[in-house]
Amino acid sequence: MANTSTHVAHDADHDHKPHGLKRWLFTTNHKDIGTMYLVFALLMFFVGGAMALVIRLELFSPGVQFVDPGFYNQMLTMHALIMIFGAVMPAFVGLANWMIPLQIGAPDMALPRMNNFSFWILPFAFTLLMATLFLPGGGPAGGWTMYPPLSLQGGDSFALMIFAIHLMGASSIMGAINVIVTIMNMRAPGMTLLKLPLFCWTWLITAYLLIAVMPVLAGAVTMLLTDHFLLTSFFNPAGGGDPVMFQHIFWFFGHPEVYILILPAFGIVSEIIPTFSRKPLFGYDAMVYATASIAFLSFVVWAHHMFTVGMPLAGQLFFMLSTMLIAVPTGVKVFNWTTTMWRGSLSFEPPMLFAIAFLFLFTIGGFSGLMLAIAPADFQYHDTYFVVAHFHYVLVPGAVFAIMAGVYYWLPKWTGHMYDMKLAKWHFWLSTISVNVLFFPQHFLGLAGMPRRIVDYNTQFTDWNVVSSIGGFVFGFSQLLFVWIIWKSARSGAKATAEVWDAQPSGLEWTVPSPAPYHTFDKAPEVR
Amino acid sequence: MATTHEVDPNRYYVPHSSPWPIFGSVALFVLAAGAALTLEQTTLGPYVLGLGFLLLFVLFFGWFRNVVDENQAGMYNAAVDRSFRMGMMWFIFSEVMFFAAFFGALFYARQFSLPWLSGEGAKAVTNVLLWPGFEAAWPSNGPADLGPRDDGSFETIPAFGLPAFNTLLLLTSGVTITIAHHALRAGKRAQLSLFLAATWILGFIFLGVQIYEYHYAYTDLGLTLGTGIYGSTFFMLTGFHGFHVMVGAIMLLVIWLRVVKGHFSPERHFAFEATAWYWHFVDVVWLILFVFVYWL
Repeated sequence: MANTSTHVAHDADHDHKPHGLKRWLFTTNHKDIGTMYLVFALLMFFVGGAMALVIRLELFSPGVQFVDPGFYNQMLTMHALIMIFGAVMPAFVGLANWMIPLQIGAPDMALPRMNNFSFWILPFAFTLLMATLFLPGGGPAGGWTMYPPLSLQGGDSFALMIFAIHLMGASSIMGAINVIVTIMNMRAPGMTLLKLPLFCWTWLITAYLLIAVMPVLAGAVTMLLTDHFLLTSFFNPAGGGDPVMFQHIFWFFGHPEVYILILPAFGIVSEIIPTFSRKPLFGYDAMVYATASIAFLSFVVWAHHMFTVGMPLAGQLFFMLSTMLIAVPTGVKVFNWTTTMWRGSLSFEPPMLFAIAFLFLFTIGGFSGLMLAIAPADFQYHDTYFVVAHFHYVLVPGAVFAIMAGVYYWLPKWTGHMYDMKLAKWHFWLSTISVNVLFFPQHFLGLAGMPRRIVDYNTQFTDWNVVSSIGGFVFGFSQLLFVWIIWKSARSGAKATAEVWDAQPSGLEWTVPSPAPYHTFDKAPEVR
Repeated sequence: MATTHEVDPNRYYVPHSSPWPIFGSVALFVLAAGAALTLEQTTLGPYVLGLGFLLLFVLFFGWFRNVVDENQAGMYNAAVDRSFRMGMMWFIFSEVMFFAAFFGALFYARQFSLPWLSGEGAKAVTNVLLWPGFEAAWPSNGPADLGPRDDGSFETIPAFGLPAFNTLLLLTSGVTITIAHHALRAGKRAQLSLFLAATWILGFIFLGVQIYEYHYAYTDLGLTLGTGIYGSTFFMLTGFHGFHVMVGAIMLLVIWLRVVKGHFSPERHFAFEATAWYWHFVDVVWLILFVFVYWL
């Protein structure tokens, strides 16, 4: 028995790690798993991005020229599913895996084997989902929201899509349980909850949201499945059901889901802005309470996605007002970030640039969200490109920019090398300009009445679609720079110090060397 | 394997590598693909599905044996124990939310869909144009009277027959597992073993009664999955509950076997408690089911 314990001690001392494929298949190490999540998310980002480019190519001019309408519908459905469940969510989980144990001084995630399980489910789930593209009839084409009765008319892809979503849900729930248990049980002595880094806080709250709503999505798609195959009548009025019921159940999941896609982004930005402003975060406690309030409110706003479907007036009023209420805690956050920068000694390294772009552009998405929240106005905006512009503003220069900011912030900690700052700034400016060229015109298109999810459009919409498509292609290809920068940093570059940034960032992750050793905080650090 | 060593209270046990997660991912993949192929009625489907279940069984057996061995070898300190507890609690919470979706569907159908189909509120036109003459009542198989019988009729299972008996079974099993828990903490192993056995036996009897009830519903009552919204909510809610009872009863059986092998101490018995929580969760879901599905 003495054998085993010396072996363990040896492992900890000498940064020993297994080699070859087995390391990645069998790993229980939070850093390995975080890396796999991030690489997988990047891959899916390009797969989903390629689909977006198919969409933008087709919309470059009116008429149907490059793809047939059925394939177009598959592309827009798969683009959404892949970007949400394959790119943004796994990227956040990857960051959580890498950073939460480092930020709270824990030796690893609390449940390391389950951690690897929740990762490895994903490639298999997406294999199932993407395999549908090669079936007769192609992939799911009814939109990622899967509204019945349309989605029930799906072909061979239907069952595979449902089961793929079940698997993704299982993965998310396990990941969320791991985050909660890690943060609640593994904090270094002295790290009270209100000393927790904000990235951990926002992820903790996100994890609660995930556990609460992913099972609801599982239930909703299970009802679709039984309605399709086993004769149930959940969404069939002839049997006493109602297709609108699906929308209620779906959006009870769906609205917290959009906060799942943004809360960790808030956390990342809350780490970066203080560092490069060389000031502590303004209103830390308020940030925590604002995050919790947003999460709470997210459960009582879902029907604002379905104002036009028909609901009692009282329902419309309730959901309109509760939705607008979310602007309050979100405003608290935006003002706190701004106030953190106020009279700070700012410097504009790539992570800070992305964080500032996030602050401005996410706020634009927030404001268009407020416009959409107004029920009578929403009757006009519903299912137009205005909605597309809105949620892409919060997701791309919102969530995705925050992820990129996080990667640029922590990359030297992972690889041990600084990356090419100049190239990263190129990446930033190309992305930031093109993302606005891509999505801002879609506001105009939507207000002018262009419907979303349709392969063709009236010729009056041509000009702004051309602009948007040009922006789309520039944005898409600019992301190759991101891959190149990461790749180069993984191989070579100036040696990063433990602190990485001159700005002297605070947090336990900066007390370990760069690259972070395979095992960190075997002994918990003391937090004052 | 099962050598004993001292628990280091300061070292959180992190396993070094494990084949089970990737094995489990493959198992779930085969299971999902098999289920899809079966539903699409391909000849290969049931075989793939069967293989999936087999792999799943191997997964649970292998992974849990691994964990039990590590536990018996004393590799888990109090912090690891706490992680397991929190993990189990949040897992049960996720299950609660899964059932919430189906209860939500039940309440929505009763409170909104059916009244609206019969023309209540602002939906009068739906009734006049699509389903003239339909009047909402519960239980309902909808305006088209869906179901296996030609005349569209069906009967329901009265609450105060078998379902009430089943309620009694589950409540009793809740008491027996609590007695078993007290016995475990007092070190009375014989009593522990006896009451734990009673618990899983009650669980399996419950399942037997449910199977009988399903058979009766299908053959004699015209009540099937296809019997409109009543059949849908009835079978999906009781079906998923029954599935959870089965899982819970298997868990009880496994920890009973572990008790017989001499596992668990009066101080440390996480697996026992986790199973007990799960069993109580299944019990509470049943009580809600009994009230809203069978009774009211």
